Amino acid sequence: MAAIPGGADHAHDHDHHQPSGIMRWVTTTNHKDIGSMYLWFSFAMFLVGGVMALVIRAELFQPGLQVVDPDRFNQMTTLHGLIMVFGAIMPAFVGFANWMIPLMIGASDMAFARMNNWSFWLLPPAAILLTSSLLVPGGAAASGWTLYPPLTVQMGIGMDMAIFAVHILGISSIMGSINIVTTLLNMRAPGMTLMKMPLFCWTWLITAYLVIAVMPVLAGAVTMILTDRHFGTSFFNAAGGGDPVLYQHIFWFFGHPEVYIIAIPAFGVVSQVIPAFSRKPLFGYASMVYATSSIAILSFIVWAHHMYTVGMPVAGQLYFMFATMLIAIPTGVKVFNWVATMWRGSLSFETPMLFSIGFLFLFTLGGFSGLVLSMTAVDIQLHDSYYVVAHFHYVMVAGALFSAYAGAYYWLPKWTGHMYDEKLGKLHFWLSIVFFNMTFFVQHFLGLAGMPRRIPDYSLQFAEFNMISSIGAFGFGLSQLVFLVVVLKCIKGGEKASAKPWDGAEGLEWTVPSPAPHHTFETPPVFK
Amino acid sequence: MTTPEQGGTVSERRNRSTLVRLIVSAFLMFGFGYALVPFYEKLCQVLDVNNLNKQDNSLPLNTQVDRSRSVTVEFDANLHKLPWNFKPVTGSMVVHPGEVVTIEYEVSNTRQNAVTGQAIPSYTPSAAMQYFQKMECFCFKQQTLSAGEVRRMPVAFLVSPSLPKDINTITLSYTFFEVPGATASVPARDASAGAGG
Repeated sequence: MAAIPGGADHAHDHDHHQPSGIMRWVTTTNHKDIGSMYLWFSFAMFLVGGVMALVIRAELFQPGLQVVDPDRFNQMTTLHGLIMVFGAIMPAFVGFANWMIPLMIGASDMAFARMNNWSFWLLPPAAILLTSSLLVPGGAAASGWTLYPPLTVQMGIGMDMAIFAVHILGISSIMGSINIVTTLLNMRAPGMTLMKMPLFCWTWLITAYLVIAVMPVLAGAVTMILTDRHFGTSFFNAAGGGDPVLYQHIFWFFGHPEVYIIAIPAFGVVSQVIPAFSRKPLFGYASMVYATSSIAILSFIVWAHHMYTVGMPVAGQLYFMFATMLIAIPTGVKVFNWVATMWRGSLSFETPMLFSIGFLFLFTLGGFSGLVLSMTAVDIQLHDSYYVVAHFHYVMVAGALFSAYAGAYYWLPKWTGHMYDEKLGKLHFWLSIVFFNMTFFVQHFLGLAGMPRRIPDYSLQFAEFNMISSIGAFGFGLSQLVFLVVVLKCIKGGEKASAKPWDGAEGLEWTVPSPAPHHTFETPPVFK
Repeated sequence: MTTPEQGGTVSERRNRSTLVRLIVSAFLMFGFGYALVPFYEKLCQVLDVNNLNKQDNSLPLNTQVDRSRSVTVEFDANLHKLPWNFKPVTGSMVVHPGEVVTIEYEVSNTRQNAVTGQAIPSYTPSAAMQYFQKMECFCFKQQTLSAGEVRRMPVAFLVSPSLPKDINTITLSYTFFEVPGATASVPARDASAGAGG
């Protein structure tokens, strides 16, 4: 089995000399090719999930039922969540990891290049399973992305397809994470100790451990649903002695670390971009590493704050409330470190920096609404309301997505060899931030006023805010096409990028020419 | 070729051992997901939460009559701006905690029209309230008495055996309040029904 080329990829290259056409991409083991495929895949899934979000917003434009029937609506909310989390954001950051980690640590490729190819090519079948489940009798899973029983035990074949898709996506991300951990632990350039790694590498090391720890738990949870559905087990069926609340515990044991799996690589990207455009080293590097690790560890012991309303003992509610609030401390350390990095820096506001500052503002806002929700007494009022929807879109869209854009603009010159169109990039940023807030800020008010999430109709007093939100959503969706134009333009041509197009940027990735050649660091660089 | 390959084998071996360890961790975590099932059941059992099969053992506890001690229960009746006669048939009695007792109150309407009243119970000492369990009481709903009607109304109760030892006498006092409007609507409805018929 030639699965592990390791350092011996010269031999490897002679075996497979560059098949052309589609086979080049199917058989590639090159981390840059695979990184690009991950990024394109995640952008495609982002558009698919985005269209589903627009169906939801179109239905909610006015009270009453106009666009889709309630069943379809529920399928849209479910698939939108699953696709955005597992199909768009996670693969996007794995794409960044594939492209940048070997370049940042001076490795020639990922540790297991063949497995890397596999972990990418598992994604399209999963995506096909998820999206095509809309066409089967009974439609796609309509339980919400959390897949709570008893709904999930009762649904049609679309549910089975979603379960298998989650299995495949889980295996893919575990394989990707194993690859990343091994690469980071074993393949750093001589002289690069762990505490000298770029922070993006640190955040991915921590994230990858989280993935390996919790994705199998999710796989277990959905497997239990599967056996409850077809093989007569009663994990979650009360009639057979099971308990649906048990599923919520298992799911959120996965689910809370999962939100940090999404957020922590975003922290990493921002920690690369902000110093580059502040022309200062990152403030408090070590504290950033420790804060990120604390967030990761705390994420395992706070899960039940997602389920305050299941009727747990007061002592349990208090414990989960205080443990959750504790997370604000390392998160605050990170936010203040980013701000301190900018303090008295010679700032310039290119698109990556704009997205990073947008991230900083809006992610902090989302963090604050999370702090509000962490309070049991308040959460019981706001549970499953639009306040929660607003909260997690602030941390997922303005957090993870904006940071992914920051990273994309930051490294596009390295990937394509051309500078992107700065004007269009800035336009993309300003459209995004205005429409994002238009879409989601008003949802705080909707939630406080009592509008429940995942319901296709609403009472009349919510009409104005919903209309504003829907207009914002369409604006936001369309503005993302600007990004597509920027990337396509940047691939086709534009101003030639030098090896280090950002004067404040630091790191090994800027020592190789732009575009990064197919093979880099075949002899490890010396890192001082 | 040889030098990088030898270097490769070393890093290959290191990579392999990391791979094996990480794959084993992933499988262990898959098992951990399943281990959460008995863990959850055990935890619920220990904390005594969420037990669907649990017998409601508060009822059998109450039927355990504690004959080793007795409590005097006094009955009291008051009227609040209501032209009724209202008194307990029995003034007071001695009961054992846990014993189910039924007593009666008598009420009569001295007015020439129907009147609706609502009785509100109170307890002295007030700490006794949580140990005084009424199974049946005229205070559970509004009482409408037609003109001149006399009615006997039962109260079935028990004093919980967990009553603190220092409480020897409990006074149960009812006050009847008139429910304004409730009776006025009765003849009005009758009238409209009659008109309709």
